[in-house]
Formats: sequence, C-alpha cells, structure tokens
Amino acid sequence: MNGAISPTILGRLEWLSLPFVRAWQNPTPDELIGAGAATIVVVGMAGTIALITALGKWRYLWRDWFTSVDHKKIGIMYVVLAFVMMSRAVVEGVLMRMQQATAINAPGIVEPDHFAQLFSTHGSIMIFFMAMPFLTGMINYVMPLQIGSRDVAFPLLNSISLWLTGGAAGLMMVSLVIGQFSTGGWSGYPPYTELEFSPDVGPDYWIWAVTLGSIGSTLSGLNFAVTIYKMRCAGMTMMRMPLFCWTTLCTSILMIFAMPPLTVATAMLALDRYLGFHFFTNDLGGNMMNYANLFWLFGHPEVYILILPAFGVYSEVVSTFSSKELYGYRSMVIATMSIAVMSFTVWLHHFFTMGQSASINAAFGIATMAIGVPTGVKIYDWIWTMFMGQVRFTVPMLYSLAFMMTFVLGGLTGIILAFPPLDYLVHNTLFLVAHFHNMLIPGLLYGMLAGYHYWFPKAFGFRLNEKWGQLAFGCWVVGFYLAFMPLYVLGAAGMARRTAEIFEPAFRPWLYVAGIGALILLAALVALFVQLWVSIREREANRVDAGDPWDGRGLEWSIAGPPPEYNFAVLPTVSGGDPFYTSKRNGDAYLPPERYENIEVPKNSVVGPLLGVFSAATGFALVWHMWWLAILGMLAIIITVIARSFIRDTHRIVSATEVERVDLAWRDKLFASRSISREMETTSANQGFAEVAA
Amino acid sequence: MAASRFLGLIAILALPALSGCAVLRLGAMDAAGPIAEAQRNLYFLLAIVLIFVAGPVLVLTPLIAWHYRISNKHSTFRPKWVFSWWLEGLIWIPPAGIVIGLSFLLWNYTQRLDPYRPIAASQPPLEIQAVALDWKWLFIYPEEHIAAMNELAIPVSRPVRISLTSGTVMQAMLIPRLAGQIYAMAGMRTELNLAASQPGVYRGGNVQFNGTGFAKQKFDVIALSPSDYEGWLAAVRAAANPLDPSAYAQLFEKTTPAQPILFSSAPEGLFQKILSRYQDPDMKVHR
Repeated sequence: MNGAISPTILGRLEWLSLPFVRAWQNPTPDELIGAGAATIVVVGMAGTIALITALGKWRYLWRDWFTSVDHKKIGIMYVVLAFVMMSRAVVEGVLMRMQQATAINAPGIVEPDHFAQLFSTHGSIMIFFMAMPFLTGMINYVMPLQIGSRDVAFPLLNSISLWLTGGAAGLMMVSLVIGQFSTGGWSGYPPYTELEFSPDVGPDYWIWAVTLGSIGSTLSGLNFAVTIYKMRCAGMTMMRMPLFCWTTLCTSILMIFAMPPLTVATAMLALDRYLGFHFFTNDLGGNMMNYANLFWLFGHPEVYILILPAFGVYSEVVSTFSSKELYGYRSMVIATMSIAVMSFTVWLHHFFTMGQSASINAAFGIATMAIGVPTGVKIYDWIWTMFMGQVRFTVPMLYSLAFMMTFVLGGLTGIILAFPPLDYLVHNTLFLVAHFHNMLIPGLLYGMLAGYHYWFPKAFGFRLNEKWGQLAFGCWVVGFYLAFMPLYVLGAAGMARRTAEIFEPAFRPWLYVAGIGALILLAALVALFVQLWVSIREREANRVDAGDPWDGRGLEWSIAGPPPEYNFAVLPTVSGGDPFYTSKRNGDAYLPPERYENIEVPKNSVVGPLLGVFSAATGFALVWHMWWLAILGMLAIIITVIARSFIRDTHRIVSATEVERVDLAWRDKLFASRSISREMETTSANQGFAEVAA
Repeated sequence: MAASRFLGLIAILALPALSGCAVLRLGAMDAAGPIAEAQRNLYFLLAIVLIFVAGPVLVLTPLIAWHYRISNKHSTFRPKWVFSWWLEGLIWIPPAGIVIGLSFLLWNYTQRLDPYRPIAASQPPLEIQAVALDWKWLFIYPEEHIAAMNELAIPVSRPVRISLTSGTVMQAMLIPRLAGQIYAMAGMRTELNLAASQPGVYRGGNVQFNGTGFAKQKFDVIALSPSDYEGWLAAVRAAANPLDPSAYAQLFEKTTPAQPILFSSAPEGLFQKILSRYQDPDMKVHR
C-alpha cells in the first residue's frame, strides 16, 4: 500500500494519501477524526448533488446562478461560500480548543501533526475563504445599488473573481479528502514550508489555494474601484456616497496594492519548492526575512481590507437605526482614507522580534499607535450619531454596539503589542491570538453579520427572524468573551500559540473556560443556520416587498426587495447625501418615471465557472505533480480566455415594456402596503413601507 | 441592555480570574530579572494610560444608546444634528495628544529594552550561545567549553548575553520571567541580553511553531548563586560526556531528549560551525 499508485497519471498520489485508508489501517481517534471530516466533505458533496438532481434544479442553478454575471447573484454566491467555509473553520476552531482543554499532560484527541493542520486551515480559511468572500459578497451586492448603478464595471471579471475564489476554496476542501494540508500556519513561513522541512503536499495546497484566492481578490479590488470611479449615477458625487461606498473604495485600493505582494510571495515559494530556487531556503543565499517582509506587506493592509467594509456597514446601520444622519461624514471619510494610507506603514510590527535595530522597531511602533487615532475617531463618530437620535435595538444594531465596546478592548491590547518591548514578551503567545480575534471577530464578523441581517430583506424580500437573531448574537458575544479573554491571561503567562500539548497544569482552568466559550461560538453558528431555516419557513409572514423595511437612507432601499436584474427601472438622479431618506421626507420618493426605456444587461457567461474549474484542476495537478493535467489545465485556461475574446454578442436587451411591467407590479405592491412606524419594524406589520414622520 | 449584558460578562469572567490568577506567576507579571521587570512596569504604566483611552467609549456607548432608545420619549431627537467643531476637536486632538505622549515613552523604552543592549553591571556578561534545533535547544558556554541541551544554568545577578542561531527552521526563544523573545534564524546571529535577580527555575521555550515536537521544546533556566553555579559547572565537566562528532550528528535529528543532556566539553567554534552550516557547499544538507 506504500508508494505512488501510478506516477505518470496520478503523480505522487498514494493510497495512504486518502484518510479513509489511513483510518482503516490505523484506527486511532486522530485518524478517525480525519476520516470523519473527509466523510463529511464527501457525503456533503454527494448529498448536495443528489438533492439538486432529485429536485431537478441543475438547469436552474446553472442558468440563474453559476453562469450569472449579475452583481447581486455573485454577491449572494460569495456570501454562501463564506458561510460554508465558516462552518468548517469554526468547527476546526472548536476542535483546537477541545484539544488544548484535554491535552494537559495528556495526548488529547488529535495528534500534533493533525493539530498543526487544524490551525493552518482554520486561519487560511477564516482569512481567505470566510472573511474575504463575505466582504466581497457584501460589497458586490450593496455598493452598485448604493451608487445607483446597474452593475459593476466589469461583470464578467466579477464572475471570474468569484469562481477563482470558489476554485481555491474547493482546493481547501479537497485537501481534507486527498492528502493533507500545510502545517505551516496561515502565514506559511519558510524555511519551515520549504521542501527540506515540509516535503509533503500540504504547503503546495496552501500555495495554490492562496494564490488563486489572491488573484481573485486583486481582480475584485480593480472591479470595485473602477465601479466607484466610473459608474455613479447622476448627482452622486464622491462626497455624497454612503460611507459603505467609501470604505469599499479604500478596501479596493488596498486590495489592488496589497494582494500582489502575497501573490508574489507564494509564487516565489512555489519556485523554491517546484524548480529548486532559493528565495527563502536556509542555504545558497536564501533568506526567509524577505518572505516575512513580503507577506506582511500584504498582511497588514489585509487587516484593514477586512475591517474597513465592516466599518462601512456600521456607519449605515448606526445611522439607520438611530434615525439620524451620520455624525461627521467628512471626518469619517478623512479617517477612513487615513487608515487606508497608514495601513501600509506598519507591517513591520508583525516581526518586531526578528532582530532589527531598536530605532526601526520604535518607528513602526509609533506608526502603529498613530493608526489608532483615526480608528478611535470613527468609534466616536458612531457614538455621536446615536446621540440625540432614536435608537432601535435591532439585531444589526446589537452587533454594532457589541462591536464598539469589544473592538476598543482589542485596540487597547493592540497598543500594548505596538510597544516593541511588550511585543517581545507576548508575540507568538496566546495573547497575540486573543488580540487578533478581538479585532477580527467584532471588526469583521460582527460587521458582516450586521450587514447580513440588515440587507437580507433587500436581497430576498423578507426579514430574518428576530428572536433567533438575538440568540445567535448573544452566543457570538458571550462565546467570544469566554473563548478569548482567557487567552490574554494565558499569553501573558507565556503560553505559546499553536501548542498541541500543554505541560502546565496552572493553564487548566483558563483552557476550560476558553473551551466552553468555543462551544458557545459553535452554538452561535448553529443558531444562525436555524434562524435562516426558520426565516425561510415563515417568509410569507415577514415579506417586505415594498423594499424599505428599516426606513433606509441610501438608494438601495428605493427599489423592490429583491431588486430586478437591472436594479433601477430608470437610473436615479440625486442631489445630496442620504438621497432616499431625504426624498421620502420631501415627498418625492417613489415617483413613477416619465417613461421606460430598453435596458442593456450583460449575458450569462460560462467563462467564470470554466476558469474556476480549470484553475482548481491546475492547482490540484500541481499539488500532486500530475504534470499532464497541469499542462492541460493551463492550456484550457488560455484557450478559454482567447475564445472569450472572439465573442462579440455579450449583451441582451430587456425591453421597455418588460421593465414597465415589472416596475408597475412592484408599485402595485408598494401602494398596497401599509406604512408602519419604527416601533413596529420587527413585527409582521412591516411590509417594507416606512411611515414618514413630519 | 448592552450595559447589563456587559456587566454580567465581567462577573462571569471575574470568577476564574479570582481563583486562577496564580497562572500569571509564570509570566513577566512575576518578573525575576531586570529586563522582565522593566517590561512589566512599562505594561502597568501603559495600562493606566489606556484606561483613559478606552474608558469613555466603554461608558458612552451603552449610556448614549440606552438614553436615546426610541421608547424613551423624554430624550431629545435632532435628526439633522450632524456636526460640532467642539466635539470634533475633542475626538481628534486628545487621542492624538495621547499617542504623541506615548510615542516618547515607546521610543525611550524600545531603546532601553533593546535585546541587543548590554546590561550595565560591574561584572562582564556571561556569554552563552544558543542554538535552536528540532525540537530542543543547545546552549554552548564558549568560555567554559561545555554545552547543555534543554537546560540553561546562569549565575544570579550577572548579566547574560545570549547569541542565537538556528540549525533548522526559524524559532523564537522566550523565557517570560526573564525577558522577551527574539527569533533564531539559520545562518544569522541574533542577540538577547538578560539577567536573573533571584535564584530559581524559570520556564523557557520555543514559541515559533516548528513541527510536531514543538509543544515539547521547553527548557528550564536555572538561576544559581555564584557558588552553586561553580558547582554546576564542575558537575558538568565531571560528567565525561563530550559533544563528539556522533553527538554533533544527533543534534540535527528531529527529537526531544527526555532529560536535559550535559556535555562535559564542546569543540571550539561549535556555534560558528552551526551558523555557517548552510553556507558550506559540501554539506549537501539540502535534499
């Protein structure tokens, strides 16, 4: 059973690459967990395929979703991907907490090698395949609607970005079933990830998954930036854009400049591993410090790529649910831009401990603290937005409040870490782990969940269940504090991160509390899925067809929920900030257009799915050294791109009569709806038609 | 609502805090040397400043959200109120001022606690050369021509200057009760200056993941009085266990010794040999 099965065709694939075979030969709990995870992937895939086949939905999925280049559908698919990947990564997080809680002077439930794969996949997935798809999906859905556009600037490119990300996520899932993943952490530091120390396929899976994902994100960044620069509707000047669009613009700029260093770093590591280069090896002039530099040149702006869209969501949510214009809009824009620029000046704080001079460390430490000033300004701006407003504690608002108070604690520990002498003490310990979870759970996850609850009625035409939403919220918050506050203590006591076994009994109570917290976080995830299920079942009672359930402020609320494919029957013209809110107050919202015109929309395209499949196949082939498949995959990619360039007929026309029919049907529903006061917005009385107080 | 939830959380978190605070004695909170002590003092100083940074947000957020809740009919509602120069000044200038103030503190302490900076003392520092290996540490005493694996004995009160390199992947050496960490990288030399001010046994280890044996890669720092330290040296020399070529070859095997190993003699230039190991074209360690 040892050795490659068929080197020419299957490369270095062995029978033992399959976790089922390993578990059969050696049925330890560790191998059984691995085989169980692989079984979940296989059964999940087979079950999904069987279900779609049984329901006869393949044609529908292919035509209406997979080949769609509609930014709204692409956005939704991104968010679905994020939820799927989040489920896996949360379970992995829980498993790690369980391991550490049981492995105190004991082996625990998984082997050290398996544990290392867990923290590597958990981190890689949470950053590249949960956070990035979530925010990219959110931006995709919302931003074009907010600027009054019919789509993003490059709809096909958008589909390609999605499918590259999807293909990369597929590689991550395949690594559970065939072979194993990297043990080098989400940052993949060489020389550990070089052939000399990690000759297995793990780092190769990491390299190709991250490379594909990073290319997808670069393309998304370009797409969003051009969309904001070129596709705003008449009157939508930059300073009238909702703040979510501003944070999107900053995130896009960061993506454009920060993703390429990552692509370069992974490509250089690939050259080392595949072609015997020596960029980061120990010998022949390689230097891993170059990798650390490149990686964090991406890695630090990446933090703000993740956090800025959430800041945008909070700006929308706090303003909407306080019935008040955003305080200090100009100040917010300046702060956002400052954060974006300064995010490129602090990357060295990720390796204060690499031995450079004290003056360099101090300069970067000061830059790191400085970035806290505009961030603090934003928090206060949200507080002053609530000030003299009418605050409603809906689920998105609860997330926003929890964010403000939790994020500021993460900011404090961030300043501690910005002091190089203190970083020396707690770098690489659980203190650091606690810190970045303390930033990213409120600063990304809560924001995305707030946005998910906030815009869900827009995307699907009905509200999410409030009770289950509150329960999930409670679990996310309580779970977070219980799971991560103990890690600060453990880190301060010197407990290293990524530790599969613990030899210090004094850590026990804290690891137990953290373990309970992790279980509560798992409950939070389950509550989200239950909420979705319950909400779909009772959707008829919670329809908000009129499209404006929260007395919204931006253009996205001025149209039906869900909006038609072309978004706006007639492109809007705006004359100020918060355009829809203002026109509701002026009584000129919902005015029927003078006439309807034909609308040109992009046709569906198979190019996105094809490129996704081909690039994932190429990545898989490179991982396993199946050279024939790698060559075939690359050729297929090139041929697809060239063939696409010969297709001239890429648009179709939605006729004016069809636009008129759809628009009038919505207007009928709109005028049949009862307007409701804000006190009733979380009840079934809410049909998406806001009562406008004088 | 948010406020009461937050207070509840504090109560829940306080319970293990009361019973489990002993754990902090393992870290720099219970500093056993001047470097860790200075770091701890810096931490407390910073923590006090940071209370004033976070305090307003932690107080204002729940207060304002609750006071201006929609069901409170007694609160003012001014939906068009969106700017005040006075408030604007308050949220930009004091935080910027605090950061400027902290910058001086940061610059000063970073220079003072630079791991390369020698510790001022009447005696010359004890030279130690530390080699990060898979999954163990080798400590060479160049002046004594001995070495110890996974045990670092030092005399109390005398500064120790540790030169670090790695015979394998990058690692980081952390002895939380004595000083912060620094990376050890192959082909490169980094430096960590520290001292112990009281006798005792302090845990140290690698905190940069380097494979399946990572969790076991711990060692004890044994801080001894000068006479006990002399006794320890004599005992090591008497052990008749030289670091000969076969012991040298074993250094690069991926193992963790069950017990610390004391080498009664170590060849001259051992550290330099490992440092330049990957530069040697005849080594062919690569693949």
